[in-house]
Amino acid sequence: MSHRITNIVVAGLGGQGVLTATDLLAEVLHRAGHDVKKSELKGMSQRGGSVTSDVRFGRVVHSPMVPDHEADFLVILSPDQVEPNRHHLRAGGVMIVPDIIDESRLSNRRTLNVALLGALSAHLEAAAPEAVWIETMRALLPERILAANLEAFAAGRASAKGAG
Amino acid sequence: MGSMGHRLLSGNEAVAQAALDMGVGFGAGYPGTPSTEILENFSALGGRAEWSPNEKVALEVALGASFAGARALATMKHVGLNVAADPLFTAAYTGVRGALVIVSADDPGMASSQNEQDNRRYAVAAGVPMLEPSDSQDAYDMTAEAIEISERWRIPVLLRMTTRVCHSKTRVERRRTPTPPPATSFVRDVKRLVMIPAYARPAHVRLRATLAEIAQWGEACALNRVIAGERKLGIIASGISAIHAQEAAPGATVLKLGLTHPLPIEKARRFAQSVERCVVVEEGDPCLADALRAAGIAVEAKAEAFRFGELSVARIRKLLKGDTSPGFRAPPGKPPQLCPGCPHRLTFEILRKLNCIVSGDIGCYTLGVLPPFEAMDTCVCMGAGITVGLGLRHALPPEQARRVVSVIGDSTFVHSGITGLVEMVYNPPKTGHVVIILDNATTAMTGLQEHPGTGRRLDATPAHPISFEALARALGVPRVRVVDLAKESEAYEGIVAESLAAEALTVLVARRPCILALKKNKE
Ligand SMILES: Cc1ncc(C[n+]2csc(CCOP(=O)(O)OP(=O)(O)O)c2C)c(N)n1
Ligand code: SF4
Repeated sequence: MSHRITNIVVAGLGGQGVLTATDLLAEVLHRAGHDVKKSELKGMSQRGGSVTSDVRFGRVVHSPMVPDHEADFLVILSPDQVEPNRHHLRAGGVMIVPDIIDESRLSNRRTLNVALLGALSAHLEAAAPEAVWIETMRALLPERILAANLEAFAAGRASAKGAG
Repeated sequence: MGSMGHRLLSGNEAVAQAALDMGVGFGAGYPGTPSTEILENFSALGGRAEWSPNEKVALEVALGASFAGARALATMKHVGLNVAADPLFTAAYTGVRGALVIVSADDPGMASSQNEQDNRRYAVAAGVPMLEPSDSQDAYDMTAEAIEISERWRIPVLLRMTTRVCHSKTRVERRRTPTPPPATSFVRDVKRLVMIPAYARPAHVRLRATLAEIAQWGEACALNRVIAGERKLGIIASGISAIHAQEAAPGATVLKLGLTHPLPIEKARRFAQSVERCVVVEEGDPCLADALRAAGIAVEAKAEAFRFGELSVARIRKLLKGDTSPGFRAPPGKPPQLCPGCPHRLTFEILRKLNCIVSGDIGCYTLGVLPPFEAMDTCVCMGAGITVGLGLRHALPPEQARRVVSVIGDSTFVHSGITGLVEMVYNPPKTGHVVIILDNATTAMTGLQEHPGTGRRLDATPAHPISFEALARALGVPRVRVVDLAKESEAYEGIVAESLAAEALTVLVARRPCILALKKNKE
């Protein structure tokens, strides 16, 4: 099974931190020793349009894009983006949506992206241990938003573990 | 393995790192997705980089630096090379003294562009070598290689990236030992650097001889390599297509071309003969297939349907089967919109209300074409907002001509709007004209870059801000008015209506900063 590639798609709206999330995710997996590729389509500064970004990891990854219907995980930051992105998921793939977190419990709503990464991290335990996530967030995130993000990450992770 | 000695970098970051490591002493460009981050990263790493007013200027300044003996870099998106095409073609004749690498970042699929032209054509047309990276490691290695080719053969080199290569992150090993920029000096060499016909004729002959030498070298160089597989299927590919192809057809033998101009024709011929079936897999125009077939090599070209848009693993599987059915179509996402509070909004509300015919241009404000505004009627290329508007004014019957307004962003105005203003003053339409410069104090569309009107350079150091209103007055535009959108939002509609009624040449500078730029500058 060492040739199997794990495919993750993160989707949301411009301004929600989709690309920050996949930057973190890709770096975590890289530090954990996998071959990783991350792809994104960005262009416009304006807020509000759909943004998706792909992360693939395994022993050797070729294309940086997750083929349609082959995502093992689909992380959605905005409820209205579920339908436009459902086709990414493979049969039996896992979708992670915002309602798994009680948003009022986040001290900063802009940390939703990292909270959902926390939930994803519980599914990727074998690929990347929690310590690597923490170390990577410390390395990549600016000091002034670090604490809020670490807290959001922990909340997301706990919610996924609670759900089984 | 793992992270040892490797970093995850985007293709753009990798080009910047290689430029720094190779002693590039000067980088110039104009922002344009997907190329923008190259110079931003090069500057952040400590390289000397500038935003020029447009791509032609960037390429010429970089060329001058290379004449001085520097290793120079010019970056732009694919359509930017159209603007810079004039210096490109003759720079191929003059050649360089240091090195000159020109990055053309193409956008197959038009993630953020007005067309999907294939700039591999430019390498052939201008007669310069072209390298095509497939991932970030290639972007690093080939930037270094491009500098060496440029220096060895004294020729400008095109590095062709595409959106997927620019913006994907993959592992990169920094394989070059950093070297400082070489010393520069002027060496008079008029026969090479002054292109009067008497010197240009031998220069063209020299160029073709140089290309023949590079072609010879390319036959054996490591940029073009065979990835071993079964004999049943051979694939010839370059750029991102070469990577997708390895996943789409895991057993195939692949000839991965890094140097796509001049093409290693004999290597390709031997490759095609060594496999049972040989297919060219390429995004965009059938450039490789045409060239290989013209050389008498039996390769299969893709079906016409694959000229359009990006390739992917799934599409290459279909391409190899000759399946041109439309297949699965992802549902549309949510289109971008002007930010809430965007200063451009008011202008389009007014133009809609006044039932104007709007000759538009490219930037965030192009979204004025979509609901709720629907207040843009044409948009072609940067600068055309002013000039297409003038053409409409000249040709339309007067009752329609009087409704024509040109809108243009501030960065776009500096890029290629100024000559349009000169045209307006020189050849004024009978009904006059109204030009609105949407001055939001940034190049917002491509991610908030500085430009000559913002008062700051690429590295945020202060610069003299050019004044659009002073420029318009100096050109002789009779009606020039600055509208402060924060203070005069009530009066704005009346000012536009009055300008239309005046039937005189008018420039309105609608001024209010982009809200994202304000936020960024505070941080
Ligand atoms: C020749 C060319 N170069 C670059 C681009 C990319 N590009 C599109 S619009 C634009 C400038 C936008 O800035 P501005 O005119 O100030 O409008 P804003 O986005 O700030 O509203 C750029 C750089 C292009 N389309 N064509
Ligand atoms: S980024 Fe600036 S110019 Fe662009 S839509 Fe938003 S506010 Fe307007």
